Amino acid sequence: MPFGNTHNNFKLNYKADDEYPDLTKHNNHMAKVLSKEMYGKLREKQTPTGFTLDDVIQTGVDNPGHPFIMTVGCVAGDEESYEVFKDLFDPIICDRHSGYKATDKHKTDLNFENLKGGDDLDPNYVLSSRVRTGRSIKGYALPPHNSRGERRAVEKLSVEALNSLDGEFKGKYYPLKSMTDAEQEQLIADHFLFDKPVSPLLLAAGMARDWPDARGIWHNENKTFLVWVNEEDHLRVIAMQKGGNMKEVFKRFCVGLQRIEEIFKKHNHGFMWNEHLGFVLTCPSNLGTGLRGGVHVKLPKLSTHAKFEEILTRLRLQKRGTGGVDTASVGGVFDISNADRIGSSEVDQVQCVVDGVKLMVEMEKKLEKGESIDSMIPAQK
Amino acid sequence: LNLKMNFTAEQEYPDLSQHSNHMAKVLTLEMYANLRDKQTSSGFTVDDVIQTGVDNPGHPFIMTVGCVAGDEETYEVFKDLLDPIIEDRHGGYKPTDKHKTDLNPDNLQGGDDLDPNYVLSSRVRTGRSIRGFCLPPHCSRGERRAIEGLSVEALGVLDGDLKGKYYALKDMTEEEQQQLIDDHFLFDKPVSPLLLASGMARDWPDGRGIWHNDNKTFLVWVNEEDHLRVISMQKGGNMKEVFNRFCTGLTKIEELFKEKGHEFMWNEHLGYVLTCPSNLGTGLRGGVHVKLPNLSKHEKFGEVLKRLRLQKRGTGGVDTAAVGGVFDISNADRLGFSEVELVQMVVDGVKLLIEMEKRLEAGQSINDLMPEQK
Repeated sequence: MPFGNTHNNFKLNYKADDEYPDLTKHNNHMAKVLSKEMYGKLREKQTPTGFTLDDVIQTGVDNPGHPFIMTVGCVAGDEESYEVFKDLFDPIICDRHSGYKATDKHKTDLNFENLKGGDDLDPNYVLSSRVRTGRSIKGYALPPHNSRGERRAVEKLSVEALNSLDGEFKGKYYPLKSMTDAEQEQLIADHFLFDKPVSPLLLAAGMARDWPDARGIWHNENKTFLVWVNEEDHLRVIAMQKGGNMKEVFKRFCVGLQRIEEIFKKHNHGFMWNEHLGFVLTCPSNLGTGLRGGVHVKLPKLSTHAKFEEILTRLRLQKRGTGGVDTASVGGVFDISNADRIGSSEVDQVQCVVDGVKLMVEMEKKLEKGESIDSMIPAQK
Repeated sequence: LNLKMNFTAEQEYPDLSQHSNHMAKVLTLEMYANLRDKQTSSGFTVDDVIQTGVDNPGHPFIMTVGCVAGDEETYEVFKDLLDPIIEDRHGGYKPTDKHKTDLNPDNLQGGDDLDPNYVLSSRVRTGRSIRGFCLPPHCSRGERRAIEGLSVEALGVLDGDLKGKYYALKDMTEEEQQQLIDDHFLFDKPVSPLLLASGMARDWPDGRGIWHNDNKTFLVWVNEEDHLRVISMQKGGNMKEVFNRFCTGLTKIEELFKEKGHEFMWNEHLGYVLTCPSNLGTGLRGGVHVKLPNLSKHEKFGEVLKRLRLQKRGTGGVDTAAVGGVFDISNADRLGFSEVELVQMVVDGVKLLIEMEKRLEAGQSINDLMPEQK
């Protein structure tokens, strides 16, 4: 794995051609974009914290990808990565985020009142609702590159911020390295515990270094608001609950996030954000809102309908199994969430989920009665 | 050295409280503070050295090394850390000690008559690093490919008993792959977290490959855990022949590299310089697969091995279990003894172990055969 602290001074003694990775068997966004010429141009650069092109691409070199699954194949090591290596990142962002251009502006809208409806998804179908995002703390390197000192500082700031929350947000922090057995079992039972990454995509990017130092889980007493510290991003923030009241989930999400942000700002460490990329996160796929909002919903009939995929595409939604990314669905229950991350706001994206799921549940009911859904097929959003 | 130097040594010092490896035993906060702003000419830092040991706390029963070298200079720049580790790992080897190299196979006595009813196979392996290049935890793709290029050129010149062919991991055909698997020659992308955490699997399988002679008795791994791993092996108990081929082949390869202006990393204190401190000196592990079903159950088995300066492993190699009473018996030492001395211990020791096994088969005692501590 590349270590943020590894920097090979001898490699510039070799020609760009000799250092250029063999990407002939590769199928990921980085491999599609990184030509020899581009590599030659970028290989001598580094960000102020010392992150190099080779650090950016190592995960994509080590993980050729799959003909059917297009992974991103690169990571940022700090906020400046997206600027210093824009020649590489911009086309990847454009390809991954449906044509988002280098000159486009992203809008942030965390005003939950702008969400219409979402409080009445049928609980006979919608088993649970969840919204997650990530946040990076300005002034620190990101998980592929940060040092132990930085990671611990991020943890300390985060715990301070989270411990000052009150009301429905009052909660407790569980550092991974000092968890008791009982606490660990409870967190597993709640499906809150995150493990040391095993995915080669993450390992190759250096995100598991020094595990479990400065990693932990914070959640409120009601277990409806959860924060992961120093996993794949500095912070992963999750609001969730059983049933179909996405409006309530989104409200808690927005309110909690904003409270946390205020506290960080007081310490002069706001979140990484700019008007082009929105919230800056480790993986380019999570730029913009970094938001994945979704439901676990029973769609046994609709999911076997010939037009299921087309409907999802038109609704700007994606399906996953109930284990999350790269898992299969069980018992006709699907994880349905927004497909977009950048170029639309948080409210826009959750609105897509709310409206889309409402429609799909109606379609499911029609199919249960043996009726056609042809008249309900939506236009492309 | 970017942002981490803005933090104090204490803030950056790893939490080693749950750790049991050589690095964790040695690296105090004071030592970390002294070393953390240093780097080798190629940019290898103390955090690079120790990352594998930080990420792999170890096991109370198995003492891993917990650190690696990124280049030849690492052993000098970070000697405050590595010298005590070397001393602890290599039976008290001091920073002032000198290591002797002896690759003259004529100096091995006997070894051509280990009983093939007991000794199933014989094998000697070592590693070599090419001076001027960074080691596997740190080398760039360009460096790794250059090492591959040089190695393939050198090996391509070998003839006679050593004439062979190179199989690059990334261009292997299915048939070649299957054959290499059947021969037990193929090495896989590392899965051990010890190796992965030190960056040795980067860019896999680029620049990696396997070379072996037509007879399949001499094998070289390129860019796996070290620049080169050299293995001589054959069925049966003729360790002398195996060691002969080993020395001849190694010496020829070294000459060929020198002709191209490249030496092996070596110095008179550490001997051959390799990635893992446990492989310094000779880097040599010479051993046999031997049937010892009775002896291995004897209460003194562990003690006998210790006195003979041998170690046992399962037939799958390190960290595997024995199957059917067949053990991998090899030299325990690497540094402070020459190649000839280490293989001599294996030859003499295994001969004695077989005698003991035969005694026990016959229901007789082995007490009079117990050796002194070598």
